[in-house]
Formats: sequence, C-alpha cells, structure tokens
Amino acid sequence: MTVETSRPEIEVRGLHKSFGTNEVLKGIDLEIGQGEVVCVIGPSGSGKSTLLRCVNLLEEPTKGQVFVGGTELTDPDVDIDAVRRRIGMVFQQFNLFPHLTVTENLTLPQRRVLRRGKARAAEVAAENLERVGLAEKADAYPASLSGGQQQRVAIARSLSMGPEVMLFDEPTSALDPELVGDVLAVMRMLAREGMTMMVVTHEMTFAREVADRVVFMDDGMIVEDGTPAQVIGAPRHERTRHFLSRLLDPAMADVEEDGA
Amino acid sequence: MTATDTQLQPRKKGLTRRQKRSLSRGVQYVVFVGVVIAFAVSADWGRLKNQFAQADIADQMFPDVITLALKNTVLYTLSGFVVGLVLGMVIALMRLSSVGPYRWFAGVYIEIFRGLPALLIFIFIGVAVPLAFPGTEIIGGTYGKVALALGLVAAAYMAETIRAGIQAVPKGQMEAARSLGFSPARAMVSIIIPQAFRIILPPLTNELVLLFKDSSLVLFLGVTLEERELSKYGRDLASTTANSTPILVAGLCYLLVTIPLGFVVRRMEAKAQEAVK
Repeated sequence: MTVETSRPEIEVRGLHKSFGTNEVLKGIDLEIGQGEVVCVIGPSGSGKSTLLRCVNLLEEPTKGQVFVGGTELTDPDVDIDAVRRRIGMVFQQFNLFPHLTVTENLTLPQRRVLRRGKARAAEVAAENLERVGLAEKADAYPASLSGGQQQRVAIARSLSMGPEVMLFDEPTSALDPELVGDVLAVMRMLAREGMTMMVVTHEMTFAREVADRVVFMDDGMIVEDGTPAQVIGAPRHERTRHFLSRLLDPAMADVEEDGA
Repeated sequence: MTATDTQLQPRKKGLTRRQKRSLSRGVQYVVFVGVVIAFAVSADWGRLKNQFAQADIADQMFPDVITLALKNTVLYTLSGFVVGLVLGMVIALMRLSSVGPYRWFAGVYIEIFRGLPALLIFIFIGVAVPLAFPGTEIIGGTYGKVALALGLVAAAYMAETIRAGIQAVPKGQMEAARSLGFSPARAMVSIIIPQAFRIILPPLTNELVLLFKDSSLVLFLGVTLEERELSKYGRDLASTTANSTPILVAGLCYLLVTIPLGFVVRRMEAKAQEAVK
C-alpha cells in the first residue's frame, strides 16, 4: 500500500446545506477510501441526493468542506471544472445530450474538455461502449434507446473522461423494473475493477452484494454507517429498521401520520 | 329520479346532437361559399385586370425585378437577420446573466426596440446617426444601414425567443455538462444553444419572414436605383407606367420566397422532432 491509499478519496467534513430556511444537510462527516463502494440509502427527503450533489459541487454547500482526491472543492479559488473531470456523475434521468448520437455523446466532452484528438476520442468512446455492452448502438440517437440503454451510455460517457471517482444519483430509479439489471451489472463490473463509487440507491440487493459500506441517512444526518451486513442485515437504530421494513416489504407498512 | 328518466329517454324529440352538428356544418359551408361567390361576382374583374395584370408591363419588369429588386430584398433581409441573430444572442445571454446590470440593460433594450415601429428606427438610423457622428459612415453604405436598422429591431424579438429556447432546455443538460467538466460558457455553446436552436427554429424563421417584409422600409433611407428592393422597385415602376401591375408582380415575388420558406421550416421541424423524440 502506498501513502496515497491511506488518504480518503472522498472526504466530507461538517457539511451543512440549506435551501432557504429548509436545512437539508445538518452536519455530515463521511470518508470514502480509494476503491471503496459506498451505498447511501434513506427515505426520500433525507438529503442523500443533496449530499451526493455536494460532492461534485452541483449544490453549493452552506457550510463545511468537501475533498476529492485531496483537492478541496469548497475552496473558493478551486478550478472546479478541472476537479469535476476526475469525478464521474450519473443522474437518475440519464441526461444524455439528445441532439448528439451515442458516440458523439461520448466524444464531444473528451474533445471539448480534455482536448483529445478526434481519433483518440473515438477510440476511447468505442472502448467504453463495448464495456457497457452497447457497441452496436454507436450511431443511434438517445431517444431511440430504452431507459436502461440510455443509462449505460451515460455511464460510458462518464467513464470516457477517465474519472477517479464515480457518483451515482439513483441510477435505476427512473427505469422499468426489467431494465434495472443491465445497469446494475455495469455498476457491479466497475466495482470489481476497483472504481471508487458513491451510490445513492434504493436497490438493497445491490447494496448488500456490491457495497463495501452502507450509509443510512435520515433527516439530513447520517444515522448509521457500516458494512452491508451490519446496516441492512442487523440495523442498530430504530429509524433504520423502520425504513428497511417499509422498503423491503411495502405491502406490510401501516398508515402513518405525515411529518411524524 | 328525474335524472334517470331523461337518461332512459335521451331523444324524445328533435335532432340528436350528431345531427345538429352536421346540420350546423352544412349551413356554414353554404354561407362561406355564398360569400366567396358574392365577392367574385360583384368585383369588376375587367378593371382589376387592366390595372393589375397587364402582361406587357409585367414583361418589362423581367429580369430586373428578380436580378435587382428581389436580390436586394434578400440581401437586406439576410444581413439584417445576421446582425439581429448575433445581437439577439448577446442580449439573450445578458438577460440570463447573473450580473445584474447586464440583465437590466437587456431588459431595457428589449422593451425599447420591441415597442418602437421599425419605421422610426429606419428614420433614426438615416437621420440621427449622421447628425450625432458627423463625418462617419456606417460601413457598407445603404446595406450597412439596413442591416443595422433591421438588426436592431430583430435583435429585440430574437433575444426573447432565444432566451425562451435556452430556458426550455432541461436543467439536467447543464448539470450533466458541468459534471463532465465543461465550463459554463463552453456548456452553453456546445450543449445548450444547439438544443435551444432546435426548439426556436420555427419562431426564428417567422422572424426572418417578418424581416423580409420589413426590408421594404429601406426606402426611408433614400436609395439609389441600384439599391432598390421589391417594394420600391414596384412602386417606382407603377408610377412611371401609371399602372399597378408592378405592385402585383412585386407581391408575387415576396410569396415566391416566403411560401417555400414555410415548407422548409415544417420539414426541419419534423426532422428535429424525429431526432429528439
């Protein structure tokens, strides 16, 4: 092990985020080591997506610090575009560029941002389409692809930039159930290859099988943080138990008072 | 109780709803055709033909009406459109800027130039600019003045269209671009604006058609014989021949451009739809 590996790849310190008077994140501390796969779970409105979006500064934190690969993103003088090149982001709604073909979606960012040559960009694009199993869709437009295919293209687009870290914001939540598997398979492959991954998800099976750690968030705070076996298998907190029981068996949930 | 009664006997007497509808439509057709025929019969076609459709006068107009007048109309329109597009883009981006004074300036510009008749702008360019900057010539002579006058007006409308187009691109597109490391400006140019233009292609072409017609205002700048466009050319010839045929021919020349333009837009719209949907 080299010296670098001891330093966390992602480090979040005392992170607060408010939208107006609504405090969404109430002091988050989180470290993710190199090659670690961390799944963030929690009820909707718990702040997990906001936390993820703070890690590449799509949301500006109100207070606190975010480091990725040793660079402080919350430093006002940081070259944010340079840091973001090292951070891949996958969105719930895919956000492919609809006016470009699949290949162009992968090559344009490489050429414009990384200033790669045409041939090199095309080569990297082809490699990554191959990895996500969509080489034959190279010339298609995003609109002609299924949601699952679009999301795999979106992952390939991020990978083409050669990121050190990948962030996933509910990557399978907008997909028809039968399409979820293909996307999770790609993510599992990335995890196996040693990519550092932070995944906001509701896929408990994926979290249990692939994640090194599971973080349970509720009400803007981290409630529980441990191995999947610990957090999902034997949750220590009542809130975690409650959330998991509703998630794993929604048909058995009772009617509850809102805002309780 | 009464409700169920009426439900059981929905058409006691009179016409059904469907029958009423077809009757009403039949009446509309009859009235419409009647009005058209009435106009056609009551107009004095002989005199109209004399005044507007003299073949020999129409013959005289060719080829100048195309090679000179239509060519100038197209040139004026295109140069105004280009100036308007560039200026409109700048103003749209200022309008969307996070810098307060930019937004303020863009807002004032749009309100002023949308609120003034194009005619006044032409007079202003023709009179006020030479007064304010004596000795300076607007580059390109008449062509430059027309481009500037049409461009100033068009920019105000186009700025609002372009702004709406940019705002119609989903927020996720900018987020995805920024996440990939695009700077805000580069994301705007490479990702957002191309999509915005697909959205605003129809209104933008509409603006082109409006400019095409507004180019006739050039006569208020005073033009040489060589600089005449369709309307001026038609009017001049109409007064020398004491006949209105040149006006009709000039009008047909306008349609010669605007109607195919409409076709092209619909084709482009359909193609864009195909790519996005």
